[in-house]
Amino acid sequence: MIAFIIQRLFQAVLVMLVVALISFSLFQFVGDPINNMLGVEATIEQREALRERLGLNAPIPVQFATWVGNAVQGELGKSYRMGKPVAELIAERLPATLELVALSAVIALIVGIPMGVYTGLHRESWLSKFFLAASLIGISIPTFLIGILLILIFGVWLGWLPTFGRQGLVDIGLWQTSFLSLKGWSHIIMPAVTLALFQLTLIMRLVRAEMLEVLRTDYIKFARARGLSNRAVHFGHALKNTLVPVITITGLQIGSLLAFSIITETVFQWPGMGLLIIQAISFVDIPIMSSYLVLIALFFVVINLIVDLLYYAVDPRLRIERTSSTGGA
Amino acid sequence: MVFGKAFLAGISAAILLCGAVEAKTFRYSTTGDILGLDPHMNNEGPTNTMKSNVYGRLIHRLPDLSLEPDLATEWERLDDTTWRFKLREGVTFHNGNPFAANDVLYSFRRQAQETSDMGFALTSIEAINAIDDYTIEIKTKGPDPILLLNLPNFYIVDEEYMEENDAFEVIQAAGKINFANTNANGTGPFKVVEWVQDNKVVLEPFEGWWNQENRTDNVTRAEFTPIANDATRVAALLSGELDLIYPVPLQDIDRLNGDGNIEVLQGPELRTIFLGFDQHRDELLDMPGSGKNPFKDVRVRKAFAHAIDTSAIQRVVMRGASTPTGLMVAPGINGFQEDMNTPYAYDPEQAKALLAEAGYADGFTVTLDCPNDRYVNDEAICTAVIPMLQRVGIDVTLNAQTKSLHFNKIGEAEGNNTSFFMLGWTPGSFDSLNVLQNIMTVDGEGQGAWNCGRYTNAELEELTDQIAVTVDEAERNELIRKAFQIHQDEVGHVPLHQQALAWGIRTDTVESVIQRPFNDVDLRTVVMK
Repeated sequence: MIAFIIQRLFQAVLVMLVVALISFSLFQFVGDPINNMLGVEATIEQREALRERLGLNAPIPVQFATWVGNAVQGELGKSYRMGKPVAELIAERLPATLELVALSAVIALIVGIPMGVYTGLHRESWLSKFFLAASLIGISIPTFLIGILLILIFGVWLGWLPTFGRQGLVDIGLWQTSFLSLKGWSHIIMPAVTLALFQLTLIMRLVRAEMLEVLRTDYIKFARARGLSNRAVHFGHALKNTLVPVITITGLQIGSLLAFSIITETVFQWPGMGLLIIQAISFVDIPIMSSYLVLIALFFVVINLIVDLLYYAVDPRLRIERTSSTGGA
Repeated sequence: MVFGKAFLAGISAAILLCGAVEAKTFRYSTTGDILGLDPHMNNEGPTNTMKSNVYGRLIHRLPDLSLEPDLATEWERLDDTTWRFKLREGVTFHNGNPFAANDVLYSFRRQAQETSDMGFALTSIEAINAIDDYTIEIKTKGPDPILLLNLPNFYIVDEEYMEENDAFEVIQAAGKINFANTNANGTGPFKVVEWVQDNKVVLEPFEGWWNQENRTDNVTRAEFTPIANDATRVAALLSGELDLIYPVPLQDIDRLNGDGNIEVLQGPELRTIFLGFDQHRDELLDMPGSGKNPFKDVRVRKAFAHAIDTSAIQRVVMRGASTPTGLMVAPGINGFQEDMNTPYAYDPEQAKALLAEAGYADGFTVTLDCPNDRYVNDEAICTAVIPMLQRVGIDVTLNAQTKSLHFNKIGEAEGNNTSFFMLGWTPGSFDSLNVLQNIMTVDGEGQGAWNCGRYTNAELEELTDQIAVTVDEAERNELIRKAFQIHQDEVGHVPLHQQALAWGIRTDTVESVIQRPFNDVDLRTVVMK
């Protein structure tokens, strides 16, 4: 078990190094930060001096090595815009994104799973058909359009919810949260729903398909034959056995929620990591861009690790196989 | 019953209280955040405006571009290179420190540093000396006719405060946070309460402002929020969460005007958008092996000018929101020549004839370098120009890319690696000399920085040097006129238009605001209902 985790962590380091290297070589095509930092009236000498100060004249492999060397020591560099440490900027923005992603994941799960169960159990009911039809919309409309539609309906026409920003924050130690005030909720709900919609429909369809599969198996028939209540059969036996793929997908989706949040955050002007990276790209703020990409890679690796560990918790068969195989070796 | 009375009294007290300090919060938004609060660090439109809400200058520029005294009350020229300024007495900074001559001297030393992007405004100044606490003398390196025009870009900071916080150095992202970039202490009408980068800047009026009695705004709190997404910005205005947004996307102008509570304010901007040609290389980059550069021939440049239909661009691409122009400077810029502002006539037949005469009857191939995120509809303008030129036989390939790449390619960074390009320019000093030096000449120190086609003309170079030192206004204007005439006759560049400003304003909360041609909000002009 521990060997497995260590092996995974070793892979993680490799993945992150590769991501960093690729992103570093890509940044050469994004543009020149100097143009964004100095006004049009700056002289060539001023431009050269700044380039030298930022270390942009060094060859790319050297720049990369320097950056990795610093990053290993926890020093992610300084933003070109304000000279603020990147770690500090990311720490400022991380709560906004994590809360948004967490809320959307929760929405997707608590709405998606029951809907999936329902449509799996009552295949022919009109409500199931409605859910399935509606889920097509969720899958096929791009996130930014859903966001803009929500803004139009609830922000502009009905005027119920604010259309942008993150306000109503409550300080809890180092973390500012949206969840402790009504205003906070009013700001987070639309972006969270926008972000959740795709995952929600995905989870619903997945649970439905798995349910249909599981309900046909013998042990469900035996369970019914034993005279167990529908409730126990459906939730105690059927749903539990659909969970392995759901966990996998949800895990992977939380990673992509982080990535998709770039679009949602832009549409709602949500001051999280997505907005930070968008602004960094338009400003060619290389330290932020590289740190962000590596951090996202880290998230993916960690989430995958957690998913792998959850398998053990949910599926007893895996535990047996693993012990026997390590025993054999 | 008693309880009821107390309750009523409470309500009426609350109402009274509201009446006494009626909150008038002005919330506005544009595409990007300010770059920083350090007045001497960045030279960028929206940032400069925010600085001028907070910091005092010797001279303030009014929305109509005229000058009014700010921290200097009066000034006179003693001789060609010496100016004497009387400073305002009794002025305090936001932190309560008094303002005096030493602050001006300190600000000069700080802004004139090499790392200061605002240094350009002070290049002509040799030294500033204090005569007494409220009198200073400015010595210029030579006669400087536009010293006063540059002074609204000279921001005054508090020496004591800056020294206390070890903030003399202007640091551009060199691994250290610049204290002055996150903290502001000026003499301006507004003080910064809070700045959360990329999120909001909150300002409140400074009660101790020297001109408090003549205050023209009635804002009790101003919140500036950068919103990059056009649709989000428009939606926030429609839903009433913002009082003012700019720019309004051209396609949304009608939609907003149709809303009873919103008005779109439109006016011309000072930036001139133009096209330029490589007139320097002996062989055009796009015609390797030919040994020819057609743009060296004035007839070819004329042909291009006559082939481009500026009014069609205005009508179709800009939806009417631009002013076609024949000059490289906008109305309002010192040295603008009203009668010379007619665009080159649209005449494809003449263009063809000129090309044939120059020996390019069959046309040639050229690449048009164009930004796609810098000016209003920049890429669309370039796309519109291509078929116009195709009509006269020129085969144009479009190379549209993001501004940081575009400016590198056409600029000095890559040795003006372009044959045909788009650029826009607003002279920072609001004077024609800036355009002549940066765009139209190459000869001389600091000249030709954005003359990406290396256009040059001996007489025009000479005139520019004269204009730089001619103090007499009428004489100087005549020289500018001559210089512009040469440039126009030679088609050094093809000016296209000044783009229009479009601000969306909620009429149910905003009583009035003045739209300045440099496209940003001076909070001094905001009156709320």
